[in-house]
Amino acid sequence: MSAIFTKSMARNVFFGGSVFFFLLFLVLTFDSMRVLHTRDNSQNLTVNVEHGKKVWETNNCIGCHTLLGEGAYFAPELGNVYKRRGPAFIKAWIQGMPTDVPGRRQMPQFNLTDKELDDLIEFLKYTSEINTNNWPPNTEG
Amino acid sequence: MKYASQAVAKPYFIAAIGLFLGQILFGLIMGMQYVVGDFLFPAIPFNVARMVHTNLLIVWLLFGFMGASYYLVPEESETELFSPKLAIITFWVFLVAGALTILGYLLVPYASLAKWTGNDMLNTMGREFLEQPLPTKIGIVLVALSWLVNIVMTVLKGRKTAISLVLSLGMLGLAVFWLFSFYNPANLVKDKFYWWWVVHLWVEGVWELILGAMLAFVLIKVTGVDREVIEKWLYVIITMTLITGIIGTGHHYFFIGLPPYWLWLGSIFGALEPIPFLMMTIFAFNMVNKRRRDHPNKAAVLWALGTSVVAFVGAGLWGFLHTLAPINYYTHGTQLTAAHGHLAFYGAYALVVLTMISYAMPILRGRAANSEKAQVMEMWSFWLMTISMFGIALLLTAAGIVQAYLQRVSATPMSFMAVQDQLAIFYWSREAAGLVFLIGLLLYIWSFFIKEKESALV
Repeated sequence: MSAIFTKSMARNVFFGGSVFFFLLFLVLTFDSMRVLHTRDNSQNLTVNVEHGKKVWETNNCIGCHTLLGEGAYFAPELGNVYKRRGPAFIKAWIQGMPTDVPGRRQMPQFNLTDKELDDLIEFLKYTSEINTNNWPPNTEG
Repeated sequence: MKYASQAVAKPYFIAAIGLFLGQILFGLIMGMQYVVGDFLFPAIPFNVARMVHTNLLIVWLLFGFMGASYYLVPEESETELFSPKLAIITFWVFLVAGALTILGYLLVPYASLAKWTGNDMLNTMGREFLEQPLPTKIGIVLVALSWLVNIVMTVLKGRKTAISLVLSLGMLGLAVFWLFSFYNPANLVKDKFYWWWVVHLWVEGVWELILGAMLAFVLIKVTGVDREVIEKWLYVIITMTLITGIIGTGHHYFFIGLPPYWLWLGSIFGALEPIPFLMMTIFAFNMVNKRRRDHPNKAAVLWALGTSVVAFVGAGLWGFLHTLAPINYYTHGTQLTAAHGHLAFYGAYALVVLTMISYAMPILRGRAANSEKAQVMEMWSFWLMTISMFGIALLLTAAGIVQAYLQRVSATPMSFMAVQDQLAIFYWSREAAGLVFLIGLLLYIWSFFIKEKESALV
């Protein structure tokens, strides 16, 4: 048996197979990037949205929340929160944290400026309009 | 040990276990916060505890991989390590940088940490698992480079075995894919697409090469089975890893804004990803069955076999549970994800590092194996940690199913927070399982301090 399928053959199949599938992956990547603009809502990727993404990141929102299902599972999905709650609610909510309800999961006060809040909400609006193949199943996220 | 320079592995292993303990303490904090929502708030908000927990995990595993490399490569290459001094300097750089980073997370508000560490120059912070400040990320590049150079130079000057080749390829892949952590485009879909080039192509890609090489090394040592057989199996296993796992990246591309063909590609290739893990299980049991010697380190054999089983169940089976797009549609970002993540990381990576440490540490301390008493304690540790981790996985799976039903499947969906209240029983039980896990880990640490009454001849 070992004369039919040697270690050298196994090694060659490894190199050949890996290179093939990696190249295939690069082709798929190239294609995905090519068609991305038809689904990624980049026409609404303004300077404010970009700034809002930075606010999202520098306050580590992903540390408690999910965004398009990715992140932490402590707090609600925010990819569709713009549609679920609207900008006024979101702004008031963040400004009003923490709730200090005993025993309830707490969100910190981030001391965001008005501009930071508005940009963050722009970012969440932009996110809610990305074509995610119909995910999440409903408004609860 | 056969080569004096293998001794540099020892500090790496000690650091790995210390950081592992830290990881679990913060895990217990988070588990408590799941049910007592304001526990330690505002001193340690959940997101801070989480980034400490996940970053400690990654760093202790990296210390483990590095220590394992410095131990096994000189022996495989039949020559001393290229530069033991570089290995020790790198150890301290990594440890200090890691400690400072964790302290930064705990003591400084994240937005301030970002501002003070140059995040405005190049914005790399604020993504899951990649929370590290820019200087830390650069430090990791340098540490990885130093590790790579040291290992590759050692292999080049000595005997080249399949094990060292596979390990080196895995390390090279680790270093190259880490570079994507610096790429954070404003376009959220692109951001997420390339983020997975670090995360998926690490843990479902090149890290499996490192895992395979480490497991193969330990199995050769403890079973005495012919190297040719083991190395051929290793190539077959890693072939299956990459031909399933590379396109399998697509199972993260279902619902983040990418074209729908990923729903098919990710489901099919993702469904095949358990195959290399199943092969590892069969391979490990076969090797032990066909062994030519009964190695005195029976604990190491248990850890090795345990790795092959729990990796298959946690990474393979639990991964399969949610890799098909129609199922993932309902389970995406739920407690099922957490269940899989915990059992997979524990089974594949925590266990293989513990296997290596259990095999190598006695030798580094001057004996072939620990005393009967110490080995028994290790075995208790294995069973307590493994059973409690299965408990955690089962509980979170149940929680995830209930969550998916109430929040997404039901005709009258409930809000996230209302659903979380319904899951409290699972979370309390999970915390209890977590405490058992901690006890298991403490026993493992204790086993290092059990005095040798008689030592086996090296």
